[in-house]
Amino acid sequence: MADLKKQIIAQLNLKDLKPEDIGDDQPLFVEGLGLDSIDALELIVLLQQEYHIKLSNADDGPKAFKSVRTMAEYITTHQGQKTPK
Amino acid sequence: MQTERYITRSSRIRGYSIYLNSKLIYGKSPTAPGDFLNQAYQDFHINYPKFHKMDNMSKLGLLASEILLKDQLYKTRYQPYEMGVLLMNASASLDTDIKYYKTVSEIPSPALFVYTLPNIVIGEICIRNNFKGENAFFVFKQFDATFMAQYVTNLFENNDLEACLCGWVELLEENFEAMMLLVEKSGSSDAMAFSKENINKIYGEENG
Amino acid sequence: MNSSVSIAGKGIISAIGKNVPETLEALENSHAGIGKMNWLNSAHAAKLPVAEVNFSNKELADMAGMPVSTSRTALLSMIAAKEAILEAGIPDFSSWRTGFVSANTVGGMDKTEQFYSEFVNSPQSGKLRNVVNHECGSVTSLVADRLDVRHHVSTISTACSSSANAIFFGAKLIKHNFLDIVIAGGTDSLTRFTLNGFNTLMILDNEYCKPFDENRKGLNLGEGAGYIVLVSDRVTSTLPRKPVCALTGYHNANDAYHQTASSPEGTGSFLAMKGALEKSGLAGADIDYINLHGTGTHNNDISEGTAIKLLFQPPYPKMSSTKTFTGHTLGASGGIEAVFSILALEHGIVYPNLRLHDPMKELPFVPERNFLKNQKLRHVLSNSFGFGGNCSSLIFSKT
Repeated sequence: MADLKKQIIAQLNLKDLKPEDIGDDQPLFVEGLGLDSIDALELIVLLQQEYHIKLSNADDGPKAFKSVRTMAEYITTHQGQKTPK
Repeated sequence: MQTERYITRSSRIRGYSIYLNSKLIYGKSPTAPGDFLNQAYQDFHINYPKFHKMDNMSKLGLLASEILLKDQLYKTRYQPYEMGVLLMNASASLDTDIKYYKTVSEIPSPALFVYTLPNIVIGEICIRNNFKGENAFFVFKQFDATFMAQYVTNLFENNDLEACLCGWVELLEENFEAMMLLVEKSGSSDAMAFSKENINKIYGEENG
Repeated sequence: MNSSVSIAGKGIISAIGKNVPETLEALENSHAGIGKMNWLNSAHAAKLPVAEVNFSNKELADMAGMPVSTSRTALLSMIAAKEAILEAGIPDFSSWRTGFVSANTVGGMDKTEQFYSEFVNSPQSGKLRNVVNHECGSVTSLVADRLDVRHHVSTISTACSSSANAIFFGAKLIKHNFLDIVIAGGTDSLTRFTLNGFNTLMILDNEYCKPFDENRKGLNLGEGAGYIVLVSDRVTSTLPRKPVCALTGYHNANDAYHQTASSPEGTGSFLAMKGALEKSGLAGADIDYINLHGTGTHNNDISEGTAIKLLFQPPYPKMSSTKTFTGHTLGASGGIEAVFSILALEHGIVYPNLRLHDPMKELPFVPERNFLKNQKLRHVLSNSFGFGGNCSSLIFSKT
């Protein structure tokens, strides 16, 4: 999950944050990290680029991206045979 | 009846230097524009994390507006819909258009695409300051003080606005410059009248 | 200073017709212009329906009287602007102070894309003449030169509200006696740049768009151009055919919420509509028809609908989104929809909001589903809201 946090910070230009500032269960959107809809789309790009997972419905995003933990779980379930880059 | 209008503050970013009310307040040696903007963000203690997500043009515009509006007095003085923003430049959003296009061959970047319109910088300034008045973005071949003076004067004469932030925010690859003015109906004794001549003076001052 | 601004002519080209008569016929017969991608070369051709102007660049160049190498954005602009000027039939056109205020968001991007695909393979290939008119202002200048407009030429680029702002700026130039005539509106052609961009934002519907429907999934992109000829009272007095409409209200406000999304409560839309009403001296009850921005995205329609709910009282004015016919033509939409608004006033007609099956649950009103004739319309409100929070509303009135 630490790697995933680093990737999130890089993808979303969260320059003021360090990986340890993001809690495993901290909400990513609104009241938590305060991410918005464009960030959600960028997280979808991240999944595609780093994990070859394609999320075709934007509405699935908020469910998968509730926290770093749900995101990691989503990646593990959907990754299948493909290995990350 | 002629309403009075004054340039109550001005900011200018040019040649890696920043001026407030025509006084040099910050200077760095040339680096990449993005690095300069990030450094200035830190040095001015702006503390607005969304800054890092912006494209360079929005960063430049936001920085110029932050320096201009530093004392925040206008927030108690005006209603959100009484504050307008008029910006202009020559290269529209070309700098980000190019960067976005480079991502298209793999996975197009949504975060870059949203900045491929010149008026997004106005949106960013409005979001930051909760300005809701009239806003427009014009693209001109070169800086045009006559137009700026005419357009803003017009907004005041129609009673559309009580205060207006207007300026020039130009950025293309290595070249960038910005000028921003706060125009209000009243000003202290040393405030400049809002006129074409004075706009040109502030814009051209550092040319020597 | 407070002279009125009348509308002497209008011109339009979009997926539903290359001129005003064809457009009217399509509207009356509920013929939408959305369909399978035919002219744009895109990897998404099979998946994403669009509303293209159904002519090749060669055919458009013949209509416009411009070289075939011209950007499609400029060709569309020229065709619609020429029609508008022709209808206006202003005697001694060249003796007046005339302006061309044209909006667009893509500029000559279509030509640049052509250049790029050749250039990227080999830096020796690709024709440079394809990139010289890349810039938005360049497209306006190309057309202004051919229209022989010399006193004022400007380009406005504020995303999807661009051409509404062009009309509103043109009206101000006349009101303040800088100019006598302004041809105002906008143009945009479909490009891969915009299609891919909107696709990354996941706001494109892969079926035909359903604005103000509970199950709306997004917008369809379109292309076209729309212009109106604004004239001062002095010009009006010389016209053989007196204008029947005037621009009576206009206002612009910023939503100050998000780069691309509208605020849920529609603050910017509310302020734009309210300001336009105030400018025209009208009350909400005076508005007979609202030409909605109505893109079909989840976000726009709830935001715009909420603002209307706040500003208007029952009985609500009739309203519809004509983007169900033309798709979302971005920088051209304000101009195209200004032409629709004026046609509604001139002919007493209201357009259907096509493909509306399940009206939005949150709203106390339902957009019109049928084409209505013999309507008594006096005032029409047209909304155009753009990325960057830029929200504009125009009011056209019968004189």
